[in-house]
Amino acid sequence: MYKYDSYDQAMVDTRVAEFRDQTRRRIEGHLTEDQFKPLRLMNGLYLQLHAYMLRVAIPYGTLNSAQMRVLGDIADKYDRGYGHFTTRQNIQYNWIKLDEAPDILADLATVEMHAIQTSGNCIRNISSDQYAGAAADELVDPRPYAELLRQWSSFHPEFVTLPRKFKIAVIASDTDRAAMRLHDIGIQIVKNAAGELGARFYAGGGMGRTPMIAPMVCDFVPLDQLITYSEACLRVYNRYGRRDNKYKARIKILVHELGRDEYVRQVEEEFAHLLTQGIEPPIAELERIVPFFADPAYDVAAPDTLDRSDPDFALWLDRNCHAHKQPGYSIVTISLKPVGGIPGDASADQIRLMADLGRDYSFDELRVTHAQNIVLPHVRKADLYGLWQQLDAAGLGTANLDQIGDIIACPGLDYCSLANARSIPLAQKISERFAAPERQAAIGELKLKISGCINACGHHHAGHIGILGVDKKGVENYQLSLGGSEGADTSLGKITGPGFDEDGIVDAVEAATDVYLANKQGGERFLDTYRRIGMEPFKDAIYAKEPANG
Amino acid sequence: MKILTGNDLKSGAVVWWDGSGWSLHVADAVDAGEQADAILATESAARRVNAAYAIDGTREDDTVRPAHIKDRIRALGPTVRMDLTLKPADPEAGSWVI
Repeated sequence: MYKYDSYDQAMVDTRVAEFRDQTRRRIEGHLTEDQFKPLRLMNGLYLQLHAYMLRVAIPYGTLNSAQMRVLGDIADKYDRGYGHFTTRQNIQYNWIKLDEAPDILADLATVEMHAIQTSGNCIRNISSDQYAGAAADELVDPRPYAELLRQWSSFHPEFVTLPRKFKIAVIASDTDRAAMRLHDIGIQIVKNAAGELGARFYAGGGMGRTPMIAPMVCDFVPLDQLITYSEACLRVYNRYGRRDNKYKARIKILVHELGRDEYVRQVEEEFAHLLTQGIEPPIAELERIVPFFADPAYDVAAPDTLDRSDPDFALWLDRNCHAHKQPGYSIVTISLKPVGGIPGDASADQIRLMADLGRDYSFDELRVTHAQNIVLPHVRKADLYGLWQQLDAAGLGTANLDQIGDIIACPGLDYCSLANARSIPLAQKISERFAAPERQAAIGELKLKISGCINACGHHHAGHIGILGVDKKGVENYQLSLGGSEGADTSLGKITGPGFDEDGIVDAVEAATDVYLANKQGGERFLDTYRRIGMEPFKDAIYAKEPANG
Repeated sequence: MKILTGNDLKSGAVVWWDGSGWSLHVADAVDAGEQADAILATESAARRVNAAYAIDGTREDDTVRPAHIKDRIRALGPTVRMDLTLKPADPEAGSWVI
């Protein structure tokens, strides 16, 4: 994985010192909150319901075991013994003290980490495929391109005060595991007819209160023009994106209002101009980055067979392990979704254990997924049983990847100052209702996502089943939607009808799964059946079983 | 009653105006009445508390109950981690929020 050079390290160290001084001035009363707020947000420090919250960047979700260990240590030393992995492949701490925040940033800097650009109207942490560099179905490893974009977007002087936050995802396989088309810019590394690598650009996607699927804006940008084209996309947005209304300030609104073709015309015009300016970094920089993501030293003699005699292990193997490009290896997803647990939360001890397991079993590498799980990308099949035993003993052996128990949930009203309703208790109740592994297996792939407000941090628009919490005259109420998807077949969920209370929404989810099981044909997933039979059978069952109260 | 709340500058902890200072416990909250805006202005100027604001609440038994669920969760702590709330030993504390 990428290693900081002296410039990277100096930038991060300088920012720590700068923020330490800003924090001191705030505590001593020399800065008002209005003056200090934009400064702390630039360093990922929010004020949430109960305390300050620090969001730490994990570029494209990749980290080594030393970094993961420090994340666990921070949870113990500065927080209350746990961290929360987010849908942007980052980690958040919920109980931070202001005067300790600079110390945390200093600790992070010792392992080449920071919290820069994890908040504010700038280009946020660039996300990617959690299986990058390991998946059997990818064209190339997308992370060198994500890293180049990270360097370009870090402290980019033109783009630190955009109309609104800006999110980029980079993938390199047709199987979209990064919700790429629901980003402000989605980039897929592709090959053209001549066999050359390039970037396919999508722009104007997003969730939030106005969900949009990004249209393709360019089917092939040569890799030696990747940054220039990105700059053109951002420049048009920065110039014409609305700043008068934060709810209409995302690029998706601009692309929608201009129309895809007019946006593309303006980007192409800007692109042509920028090509004359020579802003593209030298290809030597990309060539410098690529070797950091070289394959690890695989054991080419690693056996490809497995002993499946332990049924619990076999269940986990079938659910949580994914095909690796290297024979004899597997990609392991550690579920952070135990039955009745808090999606994405991990204790300091669990984080340190995962760090050790990454070191011992996965060439010192781990990934954070946008579905709030952890991946060990390169595990010898021969090591899987021993690995699983250690995970299981630590409460990390849940076998439910992409099943109904593998719920994405934002922190919701239990932690977030923006939320209208709690998300986590719903996730807990639903996972308990569907706790039986055989029941989850019968239902198969079903991605359930919960957001506690319209900002959609829980990606409810993209859930096969989505739940949105709303405030109905001071009472929590939950809207159900069906048919969303974040993959290559990206679609937006449709609301079933009136909302439900906390218990009613769990019953409604169960009713929806019953309709699926009664109507599925062959190997159909929930989503496939929904798309074939439509909303009506689901609505009939959902509202017949539990009269809506909203 | 009109009660005042905010977050402590250094710890970020939720605090409630108790008539002379800021308390961690909502039960200590007093009715700021028509003085609410003046107190908020003075306290904000003193820069000890962040984002202070006035809310409606009612006095019930031995405590004060904020009118909105968000402020009741602020008063108690996360309902999904009762061990981290101000009443970790009270199994019924979560029901007070709802």
